[in-house]
Amino acid sequence: MSRLAATFEALSKTGRKALVPFITAGDPRPDFTLPMMHAMVDAGVDVIELGVPFSDPMADGPVIQRASERALEHKMSLRRVLAIATEFRKTNQHTPVVLMGYVNPIEAMGYEDFANAAQRADIDGVLTVDLPPEEAEQCVALLKARDIDPIFLLAPNSTDERIKKMDVAGSGYLYYVSLKGVTGAGHLNVVDVEAKLKQIKANTRLPVAIGFGVKDAQTAKTVADLGDGVVVGSALIGKIEANLDDLERAKTEIIELLTSMRQAMDSE
Amino acid sequence: MTEKYNMPDERGHFGPYGGMFVAETLMLPIQELNAAYQQYLDDPDFIAELDADLKHYVGRPSPLYHAERWSRELGGAQIYLKREDLNHTGAHKINNTIGQALLAKRMGKTRIIAETGAGQHGVATATVAARLGLECVVYMGAVDVARQSLNVYRMKLLGATVVAVESGSKTLKDALNEALRDWVTNVDNTFYIIGTVAGPHPYPAMVRDFQAIIGREAKQQCQDQVGRLPDALVACVGGGSNAIGLFYPFIDDRSVKMIGVEAAGDGVETGRHSAPLCAGRPGVLHGNRTYLMEDDDGEIIETHSISAGLDYPGVGPEHAWLKDTGRAEYVNITDTEALEGFHALTRMEGIIPALESSHAMAYTMKLAPTMSKDEIIIVCLSGRGDKDMQTMAQREGIEL
Repeated sequence: MSRLAATFEALSKTGRKALVPFITAGDPRPDFTLPMMHAMVDAGVDVIELGVPFSDPMADGPVIQRASERALEHKMSLRRVLAIATEFRKTNQHTPVVLMGYVNPIEAMGYEDFANAAQRADIDGVLTVDLPPEEAEQCVALLKARDIDPIFLLAPNSTDERIKKMDVAGSGYLYYVSLKGVTGAGHLNVVDVEAKLKQIKANTRLPVAIGFGVKDAQTAKTVADLGDGVVVGSALIGKIEANLDDLERAKTEIIELLTSMRQAMDSE
Repeated sequence: MTEKYNMPDERGHFGPYGGMFVAETLMLPIQELNAAYQQYLDDPDFIAELDADLKHYVGRPSPLYHAERWSRELGGAQIYLKREDLNHTGAHKINNTIGQALLAKRMGKTRIIAETGAGQHGVATATVAARLGLECVVYMGAVDVARQSLNVYRMKLLGATVVAVESGSKTLKDALNEALRDWVTNVDNTFYIIGTVAGPHPYPAMVRDFQAIIGREAKQQCQDQVGRLPDALVACVGGGSNAIGLFYPFIDDRSVKMIGVEAAGDGVETGRHSAPLCAGRPGVLHGNRTYLMEDDDGEIIETHSISAGLDYPGVGPEHAWLKDTGRAEYVNITDTEALEGFHALTRMEGIIPALESSHAMAYTMKLAPTMSKDEIIIVCLSGRGDKDMQTMAQREGIEL
């Protein structure tokens, strides 16, 4: 069983939900990422989504765009993200790491070389925003052959047919993007998310993590109750951006936010 | 190639190129768009409305003009200019925006968005939006806003909101990113009019089909004036919409050479250029796989060209396919050479070309003398140079 499947299964046995932070690797500096990952694990997160910066992040709002730009200024790259993940794994064998990004850096490396490198780095999942199942056949086969879970996105306008497609192509979990829009935008509508999750659950047995619009402990708790996990990204990166001159403080504020989310999600 | 050319496949692939590389939220809208497009492609009412608009509003057919003096001066092939510069709004862009706007209207969309580089596509979009009474937002890189201020003013006069994009390199690619973000957010009421043969399927095929009127007319006009097919076609290639519009109806006519001219900027060897087909490699950007300008890590690199309309790190996927199959040839022209082409046409024929089109003119100056006097080149004069007066004056140190 993959590390992701095991994680979600263990959580579901205790009735808890996954807390999944997203940070862009190398933001604001390459040396910030590894200690941040360990600190987030200590704060009780279950899965880490590590953003691979890309020059043209079309599905991201301004907060994550700027995170990518900061990381790229320091020459962060897919290879270096894999190196960070390798370092992380030396002292943490239990927390799944999911790479999240765009397909072009993977194309540049070559699908097979990438799949091999991801396996060597002991990556657990790969979420490629602009690689829908229709275009993902080759990549999915290479990843699955190496026990790496391809993670797919679902959107408010995904049909039954498409959810079933993701259920077949994907593994590990599905990531429900709760808003039409880019990352960091707007506020999610609980009634809409609840209705959509019913539709999704009717078409897949995979766990569903919900992201986009999760800003604080309260929304984390509300969203956690609707699915199997909560993804929080822009709210964390906002803490980095607000404290670029004091990164210890950025780290402290991120940990405080994640801790409050964990507590809220675990409360009755 | 003995079989009739029939690209793309139903999922928008031109061999390994093209496709639908988009985030999940956009899958449904592009599938809806494709369905609508397939429906109206053969709908007699739609075709009739489009044809009437192209005739009475755009002013088609555009002339095929024999540049006799210039041909004589160059001493080789006879040069014929396809005068897209004479279209309403001054470029070929309106052929496509008219088509897509009529589609938007039939799909019940009330809001139009577009990206623009030089501003020609933005103006052409704002124009049709004004005429149809649709809300219009145009995304334009902040760098382009500064160097094409005349077109920004035109778009505003036409009632469009122009958003200066400050992210990334602040040029066309970033405008496209921002327009995609807008579309993801407002998919329910918004139609995204992409201006070139890039983007996810069906855009490359749809924009080509709307622009193919350039080649269909040229083929007929050449037949009428000379009684035969041309020997070569020349067109500039940024995203490649005017080029594919001219080339497409000739693809099965194997005797006709097709040459796309990319922008070499300071020179391909300097790295400061916009010539992905000549000096890039395949990758995925803006919803399709094509040749890109990127670094070893797959990050898109900044492009350079004197012409804002060619300043794009990708190119339409069909051009990538035509290159790989050898059906079309792609060459490049530097800023300096393009300026020579600009001045030559202006002084020889009394026609001031756009800086984009000047690249095609400059290559024609190299090609024509190598051909015989009874051979024929059709060059796409994709736009007029009025918008470039500021850039030209600045370049030549003249205060307007």
